[in-house]
Amino acid sequence: MRIPVSLGLLAVAGLATAAPYTPTEDSLVLERVAKPATPAGDAVRLKQLRAALADSPEDVSLAVELASHYVDIARSHSDPRLYGYAEAALAPWWSASRPPIDVLYLRAIIRQNRHDFDAALGDLDQLLSRQPRDAKAWFARAVIQLARGEPEAALQSCAPLRRLADNLSATACASSAGSLLGHADASYRALESALARSNPSDAEHRVWALTTLAEIAVRLGRNGDAESHFREAMQAGDRSVYLISAYADFLLDQERPQEVLDLLESQDAVDPVLLRLALAEKALAKETGSRNRRRLAERFRASRARSDETHLAEEARFELHLRRRPERALDLARTNWNTQREPRDARILLEAALAAGKPEAAQAVLDWMQRTRIEDVQLSGLAQRLRVAGP
Amino acid sequence: MNTGAVLVGMFAAAMVLVGAPANAHKPSDSYLTLTQGDAGQWVGRWDIALRDLEHAIGLDRDGNGEITWGELRGQHAAIRRYAFEALALRSDGKSCPLLATGQRVDHHSDGAYTVLDFTAQCEASAQLEVEYQLFFDLDPSHRGLLRLQGPEGEVTTLFSPERPYAKFELARLDRRSSVAAYGREGVGHVWGGLDHVLFLLMLLLPAVLVRRDGEWQPVVHFRAAAWDAVGVVTAFTLSHSLTLALAALGILALPAQLTESAIAASVFLAALHNLRPIWKHGPALMALVLGLIHGLGFASGLLDLGLSTDSLALPLVAFNMGVEVGQLAIVSVFLPLAFLLRSGALYRVFILRGASVAVALLALRWFLERASVFDSP
Repeated sequence: MRIPVSLGLLAVAGLATAAPYTPTEDSLVLERVAKPATPAGDAVRLKQLRAALADSPEDVSLAVELASHYVDIARSHSDPRLYGYAEAALAPWWSASRPPIDVLYLRAIIRQNRHDFDAALGDLDQLLSRQPRDAKAWFARAVIQLARGEPEAALQSCAPLRRLADNLSATACASSAGSLLGHADASYRALESALARSNPSDAEHRVWALTTLAEIAVRLGRNGDAESHFREAMQAGDRSVYLISAYADFLLDQERPQEVLDLLESQDAVDPVLLRLALAEKALAKETGSRNRRRLAERFRASRARSDETHLAEEARFELHLRRRPERALDLARTNWNTQREPRDARILLEAALAAGKPEAAQAVLDWMQRTRIEDVQLSGLAQRLRVAGP
Repeated sequence: MNTGAVLVGMFAAAMVLVGAPANAHKPSDSYLTLTQGDAGQWVGRWDIALRDLEHAIGLDRDGNGEITWGELRGQHAAIRRYAFEALALRSDGKSCPLLATGQRVDHHSDGAYTVLDFTAQCEASAQLEVEYQLFFDLDPSHRGLLRLQGPEGEVTTLFSPERPYAKFELARLDRRSSVAAYGREGVGHVWGGLDHVLFLLMLLLPAVLVRRDGEWQPVVHFRAAAWDAVGVVTAFTLSHSLTLALAALGILALPAQLTESAIAASVFLAALHNLRPIWKHGPALMALVLGLIHGLGFASGLLDLGLSTDSLALPLVAFNMGVEVGQLAIVSVFLPLAFLLRSGALYRVFILRGASVAVALLALRWFLERASVFDSP
């Protein structure tokens, strides 16, 4: 069941917090807006660019430079506001059917972030028809196709990277897709050897390759290998929210909730982190758990009030494991499956269908598993239980 | 920038963008509440995120990455001007002057917000127009969430760059709009759940027949069939309303597996009863007893909307009304059709027996599926 907008809006009523106040001390700190260190510039440059663009909003090179800065910050801080700022910088071309190449690419990335995958792929296809040797566009295309549960298509998008990109990038792309297509072991070994031959000082590449290796190992049930890859990735460079979330999930599955708390305690209170914190706290029966649960509930209410459907898989996990409402979790997981089809999306749908006593609701995932021939011990176990139970 | 570097960036980005289970920070929202006062006056409260104001007009004056109350207070006039430029209220085409009455602070799940208190003096009128343009030029993904409160009830709406304008008929600023939404949800729950529909149909199938000498005979008058149907529907309504209310209010709670299995079992029993009467009393009593279980199923539909229990009474009634409307619609289509067809062998053989057998088998399968996962965590 999809929650209609009208009802989503009714949830707004619950959003306003109860107690506005007037502080008495001028020195009271209300909010931290620490200027993020941007990867390719600084706050001063950002300010200059904004001012320059305000004077000539039709200057495409200024707009692209500013939007790229915002997208970079948005990525490293997982902050959706910054994608909005980037969109605003690109406003003169946002609705154009044939915008400049650089605008097209940024528009695809912003749309991808909002899970508007069809539009994002449309942009990338147009870009690649105009500029077929654009490695980053091929790559972005593969990433979206993986998110949509289309590893066959992703593998096709990875193919040109053999010619257009370095070996580790091309292998990582192909291994991500191939590992979901019944070639997990071969993909793992290919990526492992590409990693061994790569430049050890290349931290960012290595983190990504190690994270991918860890995830393949988790799916193959090789928990020892997964553990060592995760640990190495955590040491190798910047810890993305993605890496931390994947490692936390692994630890939760291993029933090591205390380590999850240790891992997450210094992280920002962003949704993926909050969810895993709350799950670990529940496993440890911690008092603070209820506060994080309330925060998550408020976040999800706010998403619904604005008809935002990018958090559905997490909300489904929240409903299933923290609120024990399998029916609701199943509705969310099914809606999520319409757009998002990574292994974790499959898993929450299988779990919710089992818990709700509606194995028939998971048929789409079982079909997908059969078609892709994905190897994943968690998914296989769940599917087995569903087959025993279901049709 | 070489290709490798681009790709590295992309890989990292991809993991954050697509791979991350959710956006980390919350997207930008503001929360605007307008409460109707006397003689065209509105009392407004507008919660605007400090992070958004920092981007729009700059609050962190000393640039140390922290916004203090002192810095915020120093910008109150600028914030007022900026915000009021982006909001227009009109009644009868005349704009309503906005007057700030205070500025406070509140905290939402994603950080601190300034609370702008104001009044708007409108013409006493039956309409209110609201135009909202805050931050859309800086962040097209910003949304304004408006809640308009009248003495009798409230309406809510969402402003976006595509839809920055809303017009409200104040006579309708009663409880009807939210009642209608919950009502629709109730209707949807009946129609969307095949098990509830089939249960009702199984109980109604024999309404156009009468059992004589161990054989089904067609009823002569439509009135008899209608009374039978009224009895079934009333009994079903009474019992499921009772358990719906108890479950929605948290007095009664059963695991979903148990409820769903029991609903499947009730459909099975109802179908079986048509083939081979399993009790002597009429279908109304069956509806009364088994309806208790269906009420629990309806409750899960209502609870799924995530309402707080303190404001549940109205949604509960509206949702229940929706359920009744949904089932009456089914009855009003089914009964005349069944009455027309009742005399032929078609009805007794194919429809009554055939459909009952099919539904019994389907329900049995549901039951086995749903019950067999009892042991799963």
